[in-house]
Amino acid sequence: MEAQTNNNGPGMDTTGLKPVIEIEHLKKAFGSNVVLRDFNLTIYAGQNMVVMGKSGIGKTILIKCIIGLIKPDGGTLRVLGQDISKLNHRELDELRMRIGFVFQSSALYDSMTIRENLAFPLRRSHGKITGTIEERVREVLGNVGLENTIDLMPSELSGGMRKRIGIARSLMLMPEIVLYDEPTTGLDPITSDEITHLIMDLQQKYKTTSVIITHDVELARIAANQIVFLKDGIAYQQGTYDEMVKTSDPDLKRFFKKTKDTQNG
Amino acid sequence: MDMFFQDAAELAQFTVAVIKEGVRPPYEFREVLNQCYETGIKSFILVGITAFILGLVLIMQSRPTLVEFGAGSFLPAMSSVSIVREIGPLVTALICAGKIGSGISAELGSMKVTEQIDAMEVSGTNPFKFLIATRIMATTLMIPVLTLYAILIALTGAFTAASITDQVNIGFFFNRVFDTLKFSDVIPSFTKTFFFGFAIGLVGCTKGYNSKKGTEGVGKAANASVVIAMLSVIVIDMVVTRITAMLGYL
Repeated sequence: MEAQTNNNGPGMDTTGLKPVIEIEHLKKAFGSNVVLRDFNLTIYAGQNMVVMGKSGIGKTILIKCIIGLIKPDGGTLRVLGQDISKLNHRELDELRMRIGFVFQSSALYDSMTIRENLAFPLRRSHGKITGTIEERVREVLGNVGLENTIDLMPSELSGGMRKRIGIARSLMLMPEIVLYDEPTTGLDPITSDEITHLIMDLQQKYKTTSVIITHDVELARIAANQIVFLKDGIAYQQGTYDEMVKTSDPDLKRFFKKTKDTQNG
Repeated sequence: MDMFFQDAAELAQFTVAVIKEGVRPPYEFREVLNQCYETGIKSFILVGITAFILGLVLIMQSRPTLVEFGAGSFLPAMSSVSIVREIGPLVTALICAGKIGSGISAELGSMKVTEQIDAMEVSGTNPFKFLIATRIMATTLMIPVLTLYAILIALTGAFTAASITDQVNIGFFFNRVFDTLKFSDVIPSFTKTFFFGFAIGLVGCTKGYNSKKGTEGVGKAANASVVIAMLSVIVIDMVVTRITAMLGYL
């Protein structure tokens, strides 16, 4: 069962919703290694789309294409109505300010304090956000429950705290879309659970559309309106969590069973 | 040989990109000042100590020979010409190639492998403008300042050595130093320091920004940056000396 570009499903009624990310026939290869062969996907406003698949299959490449960090070899990619390949530097920067990106490694700036890390996107936004930078930093830190870390350096934080700050930084400019690259990888089950609920809370508060790359079945179960399974460079299968776990496809069955077993120890 | 051409192509590509991004507004003046502090001001102690000792040793080594030929009174003149023309600019540039070049390369390399440069890019900041152009601008501005400072400190070291052995008067020493110096000594020597600064910044940034293969790549980038920057400084020195000679300044 191959995915269709329209992802209507019981997870969320997309009737009348505006598509915010439209991917058609996306191709990306690194030498002879074809990562994305003919990838199609449409994500609607307010949707939580979880992208799953084996390690090294191209999930991170996909979201890096969405934000313009990696240039696709072919296909079209429209984000918030704009064709990424047709934007110049300045237009791409302006579009990126409407998108948050949470890196797998958090990617906090080592040489800056948490305050400076969070203030950085605001200082670069040239007045997109009203109010003072300090107020906004404190507000977002409060949202992730880490107000007391404001003057610490990233090296003084635990893995879970770094993830939270990474999420906080991605929300500084009130983005319409947030891309999460494996937000719970490397965390213990309790912290993973906290991050999952934090993502959900913030999604409801900021009304963002989320694209979540993960192997975490529990995160997918809680967060996903739709799950797309990436295999052989295409959107191999798409559906709600219930549809995915009940599938008869042997690859998917194995993936969900193995991943769940691993998470259960 | 392949590596040489690869490095040369990388540096040429970076030079074009840096000039293109550097001249296009908005300008990152604040970050340039920050980098001037990080790369320049923080190098003052190291450059100062090295320059003082060099001036001291220069006099200690040359004095016996000059005295033997009855030319002891030429010590201030000899030290001023050698320090201003060659020792000051070259030693400052070599120290900075090691300290600043490797620092820039390691910092950018680790930012690259930990996705901090990507994070900057996705927050709407052009990393070429913010990280690269500012660092190269800072080294181009600060190496001449550090050289000027090193020359003054080295001359002080030379005076210290001369005053210990020959009880030289400070006024006499520095009068002889400045009387000996000509426009043709100062201008070429000062001009080449801008090129040294540009080369050190460019090599450090290129190697760091293009580093690959995780932390191992960062180490290799820092090492390559020191080697290439030092070599570039020596080649630039040779070229400038040759041009100076052709223009009749030597």
